[in-house]
Amino acid sequence: MTSSSSRFLVTILLSMTTLRGDAKQFELPPLPYGYDALEPMISANTLTYHHDKHHAKYVNTMNSMIKGQSELESMETIEEILVHAHEQGNTGLFNNAAQSWNHEFYWNCMTPPSKSSSISEPPKNSQLSKMIQQSFGSYEEFVTQFTTAGNTAFGSGWAWLCYSIPQQKLIVTKTIGAGTPLTENSSSKAKVVIPILTMDVWEHAYYLDYQNARPTYTQTFLTKLVNWDFVGRNLKEAIEVGKDEL
Amino acid sequence: AAANLRSSALPDKVAKSAAAYLSAAPSGGKHELPDLPYDYAALEPVVSAETMELHHSKHHNTYVTNLNASLEKLDAAVSAGDVSGIIALQGALKFNGGGHVNHTLFWENLAAPEAFKAPTDGALGDMIKCCFGDFDKMKAELSAQTIAVQGSGWGWLGYNPKTGAIEGATCANQDPLQATTGLVPLAGIDVWEHAYYVDYRNVRPNYVNAIWDIINWDVVEARLLAAQKAAGKI
Repeated sequence: MTSSSSRFLVTILLSMTTLRGDAKQFELPPLPYGYDALEPMISANTLTYHHDKHHAKYVNTMNSMIKGQSELESMETIEEILVHAHEQGNTGLFNNAAQSWNHEFYWNCMTPPSKSSSISEPPKNSQLSKMIQQSFGSYEEFVTQFTTAGNTAFGSGWAWLCYSIPQQKLIVTKTIGAGTPLTENSSSKAKVVIPILTMDVWEHAYYLDYQNARPTYTQTFLTKLVNWDFVGRNLKEAIEVGKDEL
Repeated sequence: AAANLRSSALPDKVAKSAAAYLSAAPSGGKHELPDLPYDYAALEPVVSAETMELHHSKHHNTYVTNLNASLEKLDAAVSAGDVSGIIALQGALKFNGGGHVNHTLFWENLAAPEAFKAPTDGALGDMIKCCFGDFDKMKAELSAQTIAVQGSGWGWLGYNPKTGAIEGATCANQDPLQATTGLVPLAGIDVWEHAYYVDYRNVRPNYVNAIWDIINWDVVEARLLAAQKAAGKI
């Protein structure tokens, strides 16, 4: 086991450090863009409720569960808390911590759409683009798998694009409720999977804009809203972590 | 027998009970989206017409369509002796079949707010007193459980055929109450976000607290009596 295997993904997603105030409580991170920045694909109305109500509630509830627990208060990141809660079987804390993490990751996975009608994709010849080709055979196959994962999460859940360290390639997975691929990595063993992109398919993510038409939302998300720079950076870091592990 | 005792004069086609709808598609037959026993606007202001139309004509309809498609695949797998294929369909059957069962029961256990009458006497009233203390205590207990469902799911009042008691329960996603827990469904409350997001946004507690006023307690009592009879308790 290398020293880095006990390190959490602190280096990943540097742009999404959730700050601890003096009260050892996590703060709700602001959206990386304005509430109307994702229109017309996702409305300001949706983002207001999704961020200011749903995400906020998860953070507040997690904070109230951590308060006064010195072991938890000493943890630097939400990732540490959710992994600890998962390993302890503390479902309540896990749900709130994981949903806090998932939502912050999700906001960062999106960026204001371009005005053109073209589909947004990773830059050609980028590491990400090549890794997608290698892992799925074609970009279209990746789109199919990712949107299918989102469309077939029975109930509330998330679709994920992850870097698999043992396979050294990208895989698509889906989780239910607050589930996250981070729990595939136990704190005492080598990491196996690192998420680089997520899409929220809880109904609150799309209901005001798409009602029951989840497939329209998932297709729109993947072809118009993804922040490929962020995803590309996540991949780069994931590959580095993978090299340390192997 | 038509169980929609609270509904005013209904045309024959909507007088079909949930039980009749749910037993209506033997092998090779197709399940149907049941007609509601009331107009889309009937449950206002607790649930809006907009929600009812989306919920019934889109969400429930999709479960029916996908259930029928899954059953076709099941028939094919069974005919081919494809055990692996049969097992692979379980998720889709539980999800879509459960969705159809749950929503069919749900529409029937709702009624217009004007028709509300608290279940304080009769067989149901007595059972509530016996198992919960009183109607308010039952609502408080079931509301707490139902609000606490993580993600998508349902809250239920169910009849326990072993103990002869009624109790609150919750199920995840579209897992049907009886097949999952053995409890006979008496009243269901859908807490998938699509059931309340248009009207209540993220405030699920407001929706759950309000829905007690539109439960059709006559239907709940009829289901209780049927369940007791089936369990040999009466």
